[in-house]
Amino acid sequence: MNFFDYLEPTTQFVIFSAVKILIVFGVTMTFVAYAVLAERKISAWIQDRVGPNRTAPPITKYIPILGPMLVRLGIFQPMADGLKFLLKEDFTPAYVRKVYFWLAPAIAVIPAFLTLAVIPFGSTLGNPDNKMVIADLNVGILYTFGIVSLGVYGIVLAGYAANSKYPFLGGIRSSAQMISYEIAMGMSVVAVFMVVGDLNLGSVVQYQAKHGWMVFHQPLAFIIFLIAAFAETNRLPFDLPESESELVGGYHTEYSSMKFALFFLGEYAAMISASAMMVTLFFGGWTLPFLSDPASSLLGGLLHIAIFIAKLVVLLVVFIWVRWMLPRFRYDQLMDLGWRRFIPLALGNILATALVLAFISP
Amino acid sequence: MPDLTDLLFYGFSGLALFFGFLCVANPLSRSPVTSAMFLVLTIVSLAGLFTLLHAFFLAAIQVLVYAGAVMVLFLFVIMLLDLKEEERRRFRRFTVGAGVIAVGVIAGLLLQTVLKAVPYSPNTTVLAVGATRPLGVILFTQYLLPFELLSLLLLVAVVGVILLTKKELK
Amino acid sequence: MSTKIVERKPLSFFENSYLPTLVSGLKVTWKHFRKTALEGQSLTMEYPEQKWVVPQGYRGAPYLVKDQEGDTKCVSCQLCEFVCPPKAIRITPPGPNGAPADRRNAEKAPAEFEINMLRCIFCGLCQEVCPEEAIFLQKDYSLTGESREEMIYGKARLLQLGGTHGGIQKWKHKLEEAEAQEVFPVRTP
Repeated sequence: MNFFDYLEPTTQFVIFSAVKILIVFGVTMTFVAYAVLAERKISAWIQDRVGPNRTAPPITKYIPILGPMLVRLGIFQPMADGLKFLLKEDFTPAYVRKVYFWLAPAIAVIPAFLTLAVIPFGSTLGNPDNKMVIADLNVGILYTFGIVSLGVYGIVLAGYAANSKYPFLGGIRSSAQMISYEIAMGMSVVAVFMVVGDLNLGSVVQYQAKHGWMVFHQPLAFIIFLIAAFAETNRLPFDLPESESELVGGYHTEYSSMKFALFFLGEYAAMISASAMMVTLFFGGWTLPFLSDPASSLLGGLLHIAIFIAKLVVLLVVFIWVRWMLPRFRYDQLMDLGWRRFIPLALGNILATALVLAFISP
Repeated sequence: MPDLTDLLFYGFSGLALFFGFLCVANPLSRSPVTSAMFLVLTIVSLAGLFTLLHAFFLAAIQVLVYAGAVMVLFLFVIMLLDLKEEERRRFRRFTVGAGVIAVGVIAGLLLQTVLKAVPYSPNTTVLAVGATRPLGVILFTQYLLPFELLSLLLLVAVVGVILLTKKELK
Repeated sequence: MSTKIVERKPLSFFENSYLPTLVSGLKVTWKHFRKTALEGQSLTMEYPEQKWVVPQGYRGAPYLVKDQEGDTKCVSCQLCEFVCPPKAIRITPPGPNGAPADRRNAEKAPAEFEINMLRCIFCGLCQEVCPEEAIFLQKDYSLTGESREEMIYGKARLLQLGGTHGGIQKWKHKLEEAEAQEVFPVRTP
C-alpha cells in the first residue's frame, strides 16, 4: 500500500470508487445468478419437486463427498443457464421497431444496478475515510426513486417496440402499475425520513443504530413499502405485466437469447436493490443491536458487510416465498389496492407521524 | 486547460439543446414516441446541469417527477391514442406561426432574465450541499402563498378530471 | 328451473384485508416446503435412475413379432402401411420372383419392413388392422438415435426387438386342415 499513500487524494478517491463499483457489480451479478437458482430451488421444494440437481462440471468428480452434494443442490446450474443464454440464437422479428427493440433491454437493466450506488452496504474497512457506499449522496433516497422511476421506460418501450398486442398490453399495464405504486412507496418513505430528519441513507442507518430498527417505529410504512416493492419489481402477486396465463410473456414475449436475459437480469437486480433498500431503511442496514459502531479493523468491516448480505438474503427468500403464497391479483383489484387503500394509508401515516413528532416527542 | 465542471456544463447544455431540437424537429422520425423519448433525454440532461450547480434535490426531483412520472404518462397516452395521423401530417402555416410566437415570447423572457442576472462570482456561497432544508424553509415561508395556490390548482385539476371521467354525473 | 343461483356473500372487513388468505398461503407453502426440503419426500421421479413401471396395455413403439416356431408372422399384406396415419410404415413386398416365406404354407413375407420411428405416433392402428397379429405396440417409450436414418427401423431390427408372440397360428391351422382333408377322414358319428 506504500505507493498508494503517495497518490493525490482525488486519485485515491477515484481508485477506491472504481474498486467499489467493480466489486458491488460483481457481487450483484453473482447474487442475481444465485437468486435465480434460489428461486428455482425454493419453488421446486414448495411444489414437492427437487429442482435443478444435474449440472455437474467435470471437476466435481474429483471432490469426494462434497462434490455430489453441491451437484444435488444445483450450485453449478447458474453457469449452465448463463452459457445457454449466451449461445442461444438472438432472433429479431421482422416487424418490430428496431431501435427501441434493441434499446429496451439495456434501459430495463441499467436502473436496477444504478440504484445500488447509494446503498451503504457496510461501515468502513478500518479507514474511516472510506465509507462502504459508492456514492454518499445527501439526497440518497430521492436519487433511488428517480432512478427506479426510469426503469419503467425499459418495460414500456419493450412493449411498444415488439409491435404486437400482448407485449403492448404488458407494457401499458406495467406503466400504470409502476406509477401507481411509486406514489405509495414514496409516501411511505416520507414518514421514515420525517423521523430521521435526513435524506442520506447513511444517517438513516446511524439513527437506527441508536434508536432501534425502523420497522418497530414505522410498521405501517414498512408494510406499504414491502407491498409496493412487489409491485415495482413485477413479482407475484403483482406480476400482471408479464402474466403468463393471459399475456403469453408480457413485454418480453418477442425477446430471445441475451436480450431476454437482460430483462431477466434487470428483474432480479431490481429485486435485490429493493431488498437492499428495505434492509437499509427498515432493518438497520449493516448494524446489529450490539454491533453498531463503524468498524475499526478490516475484519470488523467485512463482518458488517456479511451482516448486510445476510439480511438481504432473508428478504430475498421472502420475495421468492410470497410468489407461491398468493394468487395473482386482478388488474382492477391491483389499482384499487394502490390508489384507494395504500395512498390514503400512507398519507395518514405521514399525518400521524407529523402529529406525534410535533406534539409528543419533539 | 478548462475545468472539469466547465467541460461537463458544456457537455450537458449541448446535449440538452441537441435532444430538445430532436424532440421538436427530428428529421429522421415523425413518431410522437420518439419525440417523447428525446424529451426524456432533455430532462435528464437538465438534471445533470442542476447537479453541476450542487442542487441535488432539484436534480433528483427533476428526474423523479418529470422523467419518471409525467413523461411515462405522456408515453402511455401517446401509445393508447395511436397517433398515426400525427406522423403523416405536414407543417401548417398556423402551427409554424404559433410556434414562432411562443419561442419568441420565451426567448424574450429568457433574455430579460439573463440581462438582469448578477454575473457569477466565486464569492457566492453555495447553499448547504443538497440544499433540501433551506429549500423547504423558503418554500414554506417566503413562497408559501404561490406554493399553496399551486397545490390548489392541482386539486382543481384532479377534481375536474374525475368529473370528466364520471359520465353519469352529468 | 334447473339452474340455481348461488348467493355470494360479500367479504367481511377481515377477509377484505387479505390477511386470512395470506396466512393460509403461508401455511400451505410451509407445509410443502418442510415436507420436501427438510424431510426429503419429493414427488419427482428422477428418471434415468428410477424407471417408470409400464402398465399393461400401454401403447409404446410398434414392433414385428415372430410366432412360437420362430417364423415371421407378417405376410406383407400392406394393410398397416395403408392405415398408418402418419405414413410411418413402408413395406417392400417380395414380388413375383422374391424369396418365399420362411414359414410353411404362407404365401409371402415382406422383403423389407420399415417403420420410421420419428413419424410414428404410437396410435396402434397397425396393430388393430393386422389380420395376422404380426405387429404389436410394445412397452418401449424412449427411442433414441444419432441420426434420422438410424431412427428408421428395418425388418431385422423390428423382429429382434419384437420377440415372440403366441396366439393364433392361422397358416399352420389351415395347413393342418388341408392335410387332414388329403387323407379323407372318415368321421364316425
